[in-house]
Amino acid sequence: MTTSSYPILIIVVPLMTSFLIPLVGWWRKHFCYPLMIAALSISTFSSVAILKEVIEQGTLHYYLGNWDPPWGIEYVFDHLNAFVAVIVSVISLLIGISSKSMVEKEFSQKATYFYCLFLLQVTGLLGIVVTGDAFNLYVFLEIASLAGYTLIAIGEDGAPFASFNYMLYGTVGACFYLLGVGYLYIVTGSLNMADLARLLPSLYHSKVVLIAFAFFIVGVAIKMALFPLHVWLPDAYTYAPSAVSSLVAPLTTKVGAYVTIRIMYTIFAPSFIKEMVPAATILSWVAASAILFGCILALAQTDLKRMLAYVLIAEVGYISLGIGLANKNALTGAILHIQNDALMMGSLFLVAGVLASKTGFRNIYQFKNLHKKMPITMAIFVVSALSVIGIPPTCGFFSKWYLLLGAIDEHQWFFVVVLLASSLIHAILFFRVIEIVYFSPSGEPKQDTEAVVKGLDEAPLSALIPMILLALGILLLGMLSGKIISVIIQFAIPKSL
Amino acid sequence: MEVIPSLRPLLAILISGIAAILILLTGENRKNLREFWTLLASILKFFVVISMIPMVLSGKVMEFTLLTLSPGISFQFKVDAFGLLFATLASALWIATSFYSIGYMRGLQEPKQTRFYFCFALALHGAIGVAFASNLLTVFIFYEILTISTFPLVAHKETPEAIAGGRKYLTYLLTSATLILFAIVFTYSLTGTLDFVPGGFLENKGSNNILSLLFITFILGFGTKAALMPMHEWLPTAMVAPTPVSALLHAVAVVKAGVFCVLRVVFYVFGPKLLLDLNLGLLLAYFASFTILASGMLALAQDNLKKRLAFSTINSLAIIILGSALLSPSAITGGIFLIVGHGFMKITLFFVAGAIYVQTHKENVSELDGIGRAMPVTMGTFAIGAMGIAGIPPSVGFISKWYLGLGVLEAHETIFLFALIGNALLSIAYFFPIIYRSFFKVAKAPLHAGIQEASMFMVIPAALCAVLSLCLGITPNAFVRFFEMALIATKQILKLG
Repeated sequence: MTTSSYPILIIVVPLMTSFLIPLVGWWRKHFCYPLMIAALSISTFSSVAILKEVIEQGTLHYYLGNWDPPWGIEYVFDHLNAFVAVIVSVISLLIGISSKSMVEKEFSQKATYFYCLFLLQVTGLLGIVVTGDAFNLYVFLEIASLAGYTLIAIGEDGAPFASFNYMLYGTVGACFYLLGVGYLYIVTGSLNMADLARLLPSLYHSKVVLIAFAFFIVGVAIKMALFPLHVWLPDAYTYAPSAVSSLVAPLTTKVGAYVTIRIMYTIFAPSFIKEMVPAATILSWVAASAILFGCILALAQTDLKRMLAYVLIAEVGYISLGIGLANKNALTGAILHIQNDALMMGSLFLVAGVLASKTGFRNIYQFKNLHKKMPITMAIFVVSALSVIGIPPTCGFFSKWYLLLGAIDEHQWFFVVVLLASSLIHAILFFRVIEIVYFSPSGEPKQDTEAVVKGLDEAPLSALIPMILLALGILLLGMLSGKIISVIIQFAIPKSL
Repeated sequence: MEVIPSLRPLLAILISGIAAILILLTGENRKNLREFWTLLASILKFFVVISMIPMVLSGKVMEFTLLTLSPGISFQFKVDAFGLLFATLASALWIATSFYSIGYMRGLQEPKQTRFYFCFALALHGAIGVAFASNLLTVFIFYEILTISTFPLVAHKETPEAIAGGRKYLTYLLTSATLILFAIVFTYSLTGTLDFVPGGFLENKGSNNILSLLFITFILGFGTKAALMPMHEWLPTAMVAPTPVSALLHAVAVVKAGVFCVLRVVFYVFGPKLLLDLNLGLLLAYFASFTILASGMLALAQDNLKKRLAFSTINSLAIIILGSALLSPSAITGGIFLIVGHGFMKITLFFVAGAIYVQTHKENVSELDGIGRAMPVTMGTFAIGAMGIAGIPPSVGFISKWYLGLGVLEAHETIFLFALIGNALLSIAYFFPIIYRSFFKVAKAPLHAGIQEASMFMVIPAALCAVLSLCLGITPNAFVRFFEMALIATKQILKLG
């Protein structure tokens, strides 16, 4: 057990600040933004400190209220979730910083509530990651989801309906997860993940355990929008306000993927998901269809945000494929892709958001010659797009490398083809946009766009700096992935793989 | 081989990367400073590259490891004779092209020159990276940088044809890149290493069928960039690019990078011995011979001068590959030396085509009647280059042809001699009408009144390259001892001490 207080600060600071913000906002509205940034910074700092400690000393345990597990709630940090916690907190800090201009432009009168809900959302996501207790995870899942439903409903015309739709799906998902926890509690009498992992192997043949596992996986699959349970996602992320979609799009699905890894590899053993039930195989096939479905449907979209939403569905497929292939290289690829995809999607949704709030353009055919107006933003778009396609040396290439390696190790040639073909489809997808932006034939100017695209009019600095940092991350972390794997990820892979 | 750690390879690669950033920052408003960066970088790069020659000639190998990308794969540069030969060629011709493109781009008042110079510098970054990379993954990273940075250059004019050319270019090269990626991952999965070894490292690493399949995948992948038929379609279409691009990238850097990678795979991944055992060298040789004859005939049918040159390039590239596929010492030397010879000769021809275009806006062979009288130096230069391609002594083209002929006899595959002779005849058939028209046919109308020689920025580089191709023909070891490098590379590959 650790005595440092970072593990609790990471949750408590954003949680308490989110309650404080409405009060402060009632008094001085412009204090809310700095307050939120301060809270997110403390979270980020704590998560980095924890990751450092985990790298040096191994797994950390923090007992809430000094109650020993399995009776009390325990926060456990191993290499996997310390890593994911850093990703979540860093991305949410960057998106938090960038949210200012978009919030002021789109709904300045609701700014106070937005910042409050934003912090609640981050609290929920971080809570899911840090907790070592299956039921506590459900609590945080609901905090994150409820904050998410509300945040999305702030958006434009279609948003309330999209949010309602999301809520229906999300509630079913959460219920499934809770049922899974309940069933496991019936047979084991425990809620602590480590305890469950110890008790379950002798019960693997029980039907209750099987059903609990199914509930878990389907529940989380809804939350992370794994095809064919993705139906809520395109609408929700298209209509959500820009500041919201750039937070929830990169993080919610990634946290869902983290939970899937936890359930399949920590609570249950790799031998269970590979040999006793064909869960891993089923997951890989579902994931492969998610990849194809996501990127082919993205081709049909002309609205940038909706296109990105479908790309996101394909990205969830990549991570799930890595989890489902269930070998060392594939799981390494999946965990690496959690990081890379958070960067890529954060950056892309941020670009989409900045474009929408700056120019009002959402349809990709309106983007003609936009690089003259916003050169840096468009350059960042290109970098992120190349990463999604998987062009080296961007980070997206390296996760694909490991996923491919994993698929070849398993001799799953169909998945190899899916991985390679999807890169090409992504190339069509993004080069179409890049071509419109940079290479529009000057012969046929569209009157309505030509009028707006004149002179330099870059995004505000508060949005530009986070975007630049994300783009630098995309460019540099790829080359450092060997280091990241040898210091962190290799310890996050179960020994039995 | 003695291995010396050295920073120079990294420096040589980075110079143009840094120049690219400086070019971007300087921008359109300070033209002269921007062009100064290009010139400075090209000259510095050349000197860094040739400073490595003495050590490589004494049989040493320079190495620089930046970081580990993945277990068993480093991001590493290694300067051997073969790589240095390609790097010297590319960096020497970059100087000539830099001067030339200033004359060309300003002469035509092309728009978006900053993007042009930026992408150009980035492409050189990629090309030298390919030359010095010590393993397949590092090669692939730079190979993709080269692919992507060339796309804006092909589509530079932003006309519908230019954009169509860019699309075709990307379609061919990205599709082939997925094949390469698959082959690389598969190689890694079989062997656990990707480091180039003279003589290959794949022996006994898999069944004959798997290795044959792997070889074919590699050749289809890298062969696309080398414009092997039937994957050559992109190259003639890419001739819509500004002429400096066609000259350096589509005669030297890009396509030669493709050939270079094919040769790396043949000699340093598979190795002559394994290819003889698998009987794949002969297959590749037939494949290349088909390309040689077919592209020569297609060149006859082109009226557009640059397209005729493009088919002639396809032709010469296939000869280089034929040389390597024969696997006999003289053929290998001849093929490797043709990389250099063809570089000097073909860039001369493209320079001339561009000079004609700038002065007269004529692109077709049928319009060139009598132009030699208006531009005697330019067309005289063209004649020297064309003679070289046809293999007429004393040009450098003859030396390669001589060694290739010897190589065919050494390999006891006399049939390929017909391909070489047929090719020589075809080159005469498609080049000499141009020379005849320009000097001996009189223009019907005073078509060329007022036409004079192009600016010195364009004539001098063209004439210089032509003179150099003659010098190299007379003493193949002139200046930087290219021929000796080719011999050393051959010895290392065949392990002849």
